Amino acid sequence: MPKVELQFSGGLESLTGGNKVVKVNFSGEQVVLEKVIEWIRTSLIKEKHEYFVQGEHVRPGILVLINDVDWELEGKTSYVIQEGDCITFISTLHGG
Amino acid sequence: MKRLCSHCEKAFANILVGREDKYLCRCCFYEYFEDTVHQTIVEECLLQPGERVAIGASGGKDSTVLAYVLKILNERYCYNWDLWLLSVDEGIHGYRDDSLRTVEQNRDDYKLPLYIVSYSELYDWTMDQVVSQIGRKSNCTFCGVFRRQALDRGAEKIQANVLTTGHNADDIAETVLLNLLRGDHARFSRSVMEENGSYRTTDESVFNKIRRVKPLKQVYEKEILMYAYFKKLKYFATECIYAPFAYRGHAREYLKSLERMRPHSISDILYSLSCISLNKEESKTRVAQQCIRCGSISSQTICKACQFKTSLDRGQGVLAVKRSGMSLSKQTTQCCSESAERVSQYEADSNDAASSS
Repeated sequence: MPKVELQFSGGLESLTGGNKVVKVNFSGEQVVLEKVIEWIRTSLIKEKHEYFVQGEHVRPGILVLINDVDWELEGKTSYVIQEGDCITFISTLHGG
Repeated sequence: MKRLCSHCEKAFANILVGREDKYLCRCCFYEYFEDTVHQTIVEECLLQPGERVAIGASGGKDSTVLAYVLKILNERYCYNWDLWLLSVDEGIHGYRDDSLRTVEQNRDDYKLPLYIVSYSELYDWTMDQVVSQIGRKSNCTFCGVFRRQALDRGAEKIQANVLTTGHNADDIAETVLLNLLRGDHARFSRSVMEENGSYRTTDESVFNKIRRVKPLKQVYEKEILMYAYFKKLKYFATECIYAPFAYRGHAREYLKSLERMRPHSISDILYSLSCISLNKEESKTRVAQQCIRCGSISSQTICKACQFKTSLDRGQGVLAVKRSGMSLSKQTTQCCSESAERVSQYEADSNDAASSS
């Protein structure tokens, strides 16, 4: 039953009602990041889903960090979340 | 699945740098990022010691990171650059007014002087007013032209020798794709020449035009984001309210999909760009001249910004953009001579009105 903290920035916080940090308890064992993303898509974000996902995948251009580590180094969606993990989603899709 | 940093092999890696398949820890990543920018500056002779350097600053992640890194390199290598933040206020309510506050924060945090130049002061038009006239299509076409000139004007005002912008590898690759997808042959050729260093070199020296350079051109947007994130740099992160309608968005989405499948794609596009050689006909740049209205350097008798302003003043902004869409040289020449006629007529009308009052 891992409890994790989700962080949204780079403009993504506008999809979560302005909440930059959301704490969630996931039930079950061996919860993969894919499930977390599905939960965000179906239960947390109410509109403009296309800014976060493309189909079932995180939209290209959104960086995902797991405890400040690039998810590319942690197995991406197959990463199994642990108690106390912090998962950060940062959008790059805006002017610089 | 923890990996050791491929550079120091002591700490665990935090980031995969896609363009060179490196797994780096935070510290090694900072060093790698700053060294890449420094190498770009040195190898391409982008900046000279002692120069006054204007940093095009929007408050966004790219320009914030650019200002931060230039300041570090300046101190580390004693280049004695006189760094200035230069910001453009396009007059977009709810977007630019907020991001300018971030630039002011940059000014205070990095202790750099800041100069702001506005569209309303230069053109008597804010982007909000432009969009009211032309609607939501082609806004970026106007804004891009106006901003380019505004930055030049601002840099002249502060007597800068060189203007740096925060364009990164993704931006440049995106522009290449954009021009290819739209069949914009003229802009594509110009981007090849600009990136390969041959565009306007003569013009710059003849007219003393301020150089424009892109110190971040080799780094990926992902690296800029991670650098800003780890260093906790403050930046403004919202899309321009008029941008969602821009065609560039499609090129950007496509590039991001390519990057996800094959991270090398972005640097490979830039490499392809550097290998392109244009035939004699394409590489003939139009002779540089000074715009007869405002004196800016242009390839036409009347620069694009003045053409756009004239059209807006006459309530014909939409027409100006229709012509501007695919700039084949014939269309451009035709547009230019018609614009020159319109301007002459406009001035004649004004003179008549003045003399009859």
